[in-house]
Amino acid sequence: MKVSYYPGCSLENTAIDYAASIAGVTPLLDVELEEIKDWNCCGATAAHSINQELALALPARNLMTAEKMGRDVVAPCALCFNRLKVAEKSLKNPAGNPLGLSYPGTIKIWDLLDYLTQEDYLHNLSQKAKRPLTDLQAVSYYGCLVARPPAVTDKTDCENPQNMERLLEVLGATPLDWSFKTDCCGAGLALARPDIIDTLTQRLYERALAAGAECFVVSCQMCQANLDLTQERISRKFGKSYYLPVFYFTEIIGLALGHPQAKEWLAKHLVNPLPLLQKKGLI
Amino acid sequence: MPETRDKLLYPAFSLAERLATDKLPASACYQCRKCSCGCPLTFAMDLLPHQVIQLALLGQEEKVLASNTIWVCSSCETCTTRCPNGIDIAGVMDWFKEQAVQQKKAVPQPEVAAFHRFFLESIRAGKGRVSEMNLVGRFTFFKMRRKFAVRELRENMKLGWELMKRGRMRLLGSHAPEGQTEIQEILKLMKS
Repeated sequence: MKVSYYPGCSLENTAIDYAASIAGVTPLLDVELEEIKDWNCCGATAAHSINQELALALPARNLMTAEKMGRDVVAPCALCFNRLKVAEKSLKNPAGNPLGLSYPGTIKIWDLLDYLTQEDYLHNLSQKAKRPLTDLQAVSYYGCLVARPPAVTDKTDCENPQNMERLLEVLGATPLDWSFKTDCCGAGLALARPDIIDTLTQRLYERALAAGAECFVVSCQMCQANLDLTQERISRKFGKSYYLPVFYFTEIIGLALGHPQAKEWLAKHLVNPLPLLQKKGLI
Repeated sequence: MPETRDKLLYPAFSLAERLATDKLPASACYQCRKCSCGCPLTFAMDLLPHQVIQLALLGQEEKVLASNTIWVCSSCETCTTRCPNGIDIAGVMDWFKEQAVQQKKAVPQPEVAAFHRFFLESIRAGKGRVSEMNLVGRFTFFKMRRKFAVRELRENMKLGWELMKRGRMRLLGSHAPEGQTEIQEILKLMKS
């Protein structure tokens, strides 16, 4: 299946591991990604915080191009997905949109996790999982913006999504139940208010450990950054030595399918996942 | 305080009307506090989310604009999702931030406001895509000029180096997308 792909700025920078694992595993599922031609930044939190016009115009351009390309769009970044959906809602408003654009809206916007956890793909994955991730105790961490607000995202299960857990089960891992799967990590406040990130993220570490987790599995690169890049700092600050590797769900797929480059993706993390995987005999 | 009393007894409804005009009607709020109960950021706020809405309905624009709350809101959308009256509370927070910028108010969270500004400017610097190096560099310079903290600078540089070693941060930005005429037209919406 061929779909349009909106990687977003982070996947060219801090989330190149996410980008590489997506490029690695999608062909194994016969998903062909075609980048939206000449895409631009969605404006992210900054634009919708201080410039509403820009916050609409930036994703609207990407959406118009995607519509011309004629295929559904997948977005691996929660924020990009959310902003595309905001633009879609605005452009499809029957009362007219502030940009005066005509948008037929024949394509669907997907969050990458939702796309790859459709029934057919899960079935396909269960057949292809060569190296089941037996006994890997993981909490799924979805973050905020893939799900919320449902009026924008069109999600029906925004308080308790389950598809990452289903994916983990199919791949042989042990998904654990916990109440913080859609709680906020502080997202874009990472540079401006790192103290806030520390408080929120430390709480996530504690709750994950209380659930018995050995690692996080995420589908948002902002979540990955806030959980992974800060772990040493937070350990120092709270006088504890946290060790909770933070995997992208696509890396987990790659591991279970025995992708030869999986180790290279994982080497880009700051919290080295290899000791955990070796202990479990998974690598 | 007669002035406060007058404001409360004779609220300025124009603020609620401006919000409604901008598709953010809030007058259905009955102060159930569900927004504040679910908000993960209240520990860093001076006004709770339901108080922001209440003050907005009473026309107390200055009080809201002077609060930390609108800037430390992380836009996680929990409040908007759960409001039983369908009020887009996170949207209201954004609306006030934009007002503060437009009215050139003194912002109680200058780092957050500067980050947003630099982020948008880094899209311009990257010709339509964020240049992370430009953003991080400018923001660090801004922060250190306000308050020079050797330890923090050293920690950030160490983190930056770890990221660069792994290719997760690059000196040169992404290649600029084509379609620059269109992109530059959109970027004109940036006021400064």
